[in-house]
Amino acid sequence: MSRKSSILYLDGVSVSFDGFRAINNLSFVVDRGEMRAIIGPNGAGKTTMMDIVTGKTRPDEGEVFFNGDVDLTRHDEAEIATMGIGRKFQKPTVFESHTVEDNLVLSLKGRRAILPALFQRRTPDERRRIDEILGIVRLGDKRDALAASLSHGQKQWLEIGMLLAQDPKLLLVDEPVAGMTDAETEETARLLKDISATHSVVVVEHDMHFVRELGVRVTCLHEGSVLSEGSLDFVSADERVIEVYLGR
Amino acid sequence: MMTGRFFAGQGDRRVTIALLVLLAAAAIVPLLALALPADSALHMPPYIVALLGKYLCYALLALSLDLVWGFCGILSLGHGAFFALGGYSMGMYLMRQIGSRGVYGNPLLPDFMVFLNWKELPWYWYGFDQFWFAALMVLAVPGVLAFGFGWLAFRSRVTGVYLSIITQALTYALLLAFFRNDMGFGGNNGLTDFKDILGFNIQAQETRAALFSGSALMLAAGVFVTWRIVSSKYGKLMIAVRDAESRTRFLGWRAENVKLFAFTVSAIMAGIAGALYVPQVGIINPGEFEPGNSIEVVIWTAVGGRATIVGPIIGAVLVNTAKSWFTSALPELWLFALGGLFVLVTLFLPKGVIGLWEQWAQARLSRKARMADAAALPPATIVRVPSRSSGGSAGTTVEPQPAE
Repeated sequence: MSRKSSILYLDGVSVSFDGFRAINNLSFVVDRGEMRAIIGPNGAGKTTMMDIVTGKTRPDEGEVFFNGDVDLTRHDEAEIATMGIGRKFQKPTVFESHTVEDNLVLSLKGRRAILPALFQRRTPDERRRIDEILGIVRLGDKRDALAASLSHGQKQWLEIGMLLAQDPKLLLVDEPVAGMTDAETEETARLLKDISATHSVVVVEHDMHFVRELGVRVTCLHEGSVLSEGSLDFVSADERVIEVYLGR
Repeated sequence: MMTGRFFAGQGDRRVTIALLVLLAAAAIVPLLALALPADSALHMPPYIVALLGKYLCYALLALSLDLVWGFCGILSLGHGAFFALGGYSMGMYLMRQIGSRGVYGNPLLPDFMVFLNWKELPWYWYGFDQFWFAALMVLAVPGVLAFGFGWLAFRSRVTGVYLSIITQALTYALLLAFFRNDMGFGGNNGLTDFKDILGFNIQAQETRAALFSGSALMLAAGVFVTWRIVSSKYGKLMIAVRDAESRTRFLGWRAENVKLFAFTVSAIMAGIAGALYVPQVGIINPGEFEPGNSIEVVIWTAVGGRATIVGPIIGAVLVNTAKSWFTSALPELWLFALGGLFVLVTLFLPKGVIGLWEQWAQARLSRKARMADAAALPPATIVRVPSRSSGGSAGTTVEPQPAE
């Protein structure tokens, strides 16, 4: 697959922490507009892979390219975020002492300079955009509520909303349905499918039921490299995947 | 339209009241001290004016610490250093105003330099005979130091206790440096024996009253600036950095710059507080760099209520009033009282005096609502509690998070 047409391109990436190889010669490619699910047992390197893509961790070796030609290993978190990669953490991370609306205000795409923020007022455009996002993430009635008062599932949605506000080209979503009820899980699958119509998305998830609902190409990681890749049926029929992850 | 914004929200109302009280104090205290005859019941003796002026300087220092600690999560244990540097800048101006009236009568060199047998004025004392230059240095010296220190520390992502420890080291290093006679700041004795400020006798009652008013106005300005900063989009960003720093990074904000700006502004405010403090107490010496002083500022802020604007002011005045009383009545018990106070506040009043007040007000509100409910029993009416009051519409009513 060619690098030029990809949104995310990893080739031969390795990283070690104190001698432990968290990522070991990892290579995979996500196409523009694609949604990809990543599965794998604990310690397979899923979160470390996201750390590398978002600039939190520097790889020891290997190439990481975004949008075909941007070398991500040369940029830090803030730069990568402004270039168009949004990340949702495993544990929902929102600004608890701000209202839902303010959470989105701070996430909206726009200038990230500090001094202008002292005098910036909200524009009608921004207000419209916030309304729109609140609708998408089903939090329209929670606008003025403190983020701390939201349920676990609502926090997950708010965080996805914050990602959308950034208007990224690529969304990295780490375990979006952990701790959600079945109804919320279904709702989230629908939400992500809506989002994937206009964005490239990489979802890390353990919940196989949820992954099936997404109905997308699946990559299974194990010990820092790709074990198997293909449709969910193909991957879950793979002997090695069954052995290390799914159980016989 | 501007006034409409002024009176929105509960925290904002408190700020408005604080501003009005400070402006009124700036006008009334000089009247009580100067215009009333000394035997009048309302007459304010000069030592009270000086004491209150000192408290206001402490309040400004506490407010500056709250800007970085309460709102941005940077627990600085070295804010006294910026206060002292502002104080030294002012002290150098006051030293040079003494002129040939010193003990040794040297028109150029301050007494301590003559005593050390220095022949000429060190280069860094140039310009301090001009008030405007000294005033500029009051802002620039703490500001530049905070900027440089913050640039290095925040860029290397030093946070939490580690940052607190190096701020403590910073003030301790300055303490040791200023103790040395070779530094040219009067060593152990510091700078004292001031005569004039801007041509007025520094001991005169009128000057003292004016210094008090100046302190009240500066504190009001500090409150105003802090309030504008905190309620801007940048202020929301500060709180966001305090609560979830990595989230702000992954949204594309440079958390280190957010902190750097707050830290620099805060240091400048602390410097101004020090500059107003020195002419009112008449001395500045390296003792002001004592790490213990900086920790005391943290206690004032915690007692008043951090992440509020009015809290640190109340805390500084309350704790220092208690200190004045204790150190004259039960001097050996003061440190125990201070330590006990800190433990009590940490355990039982995480939001300080302001938090206690808010709890009480809320309890009263819900009791009223219950009573209204009971009165209107037959048709079940819903009593609406104004949703805004708890909604934290301004950044001033939010729950402070533990400092990492």
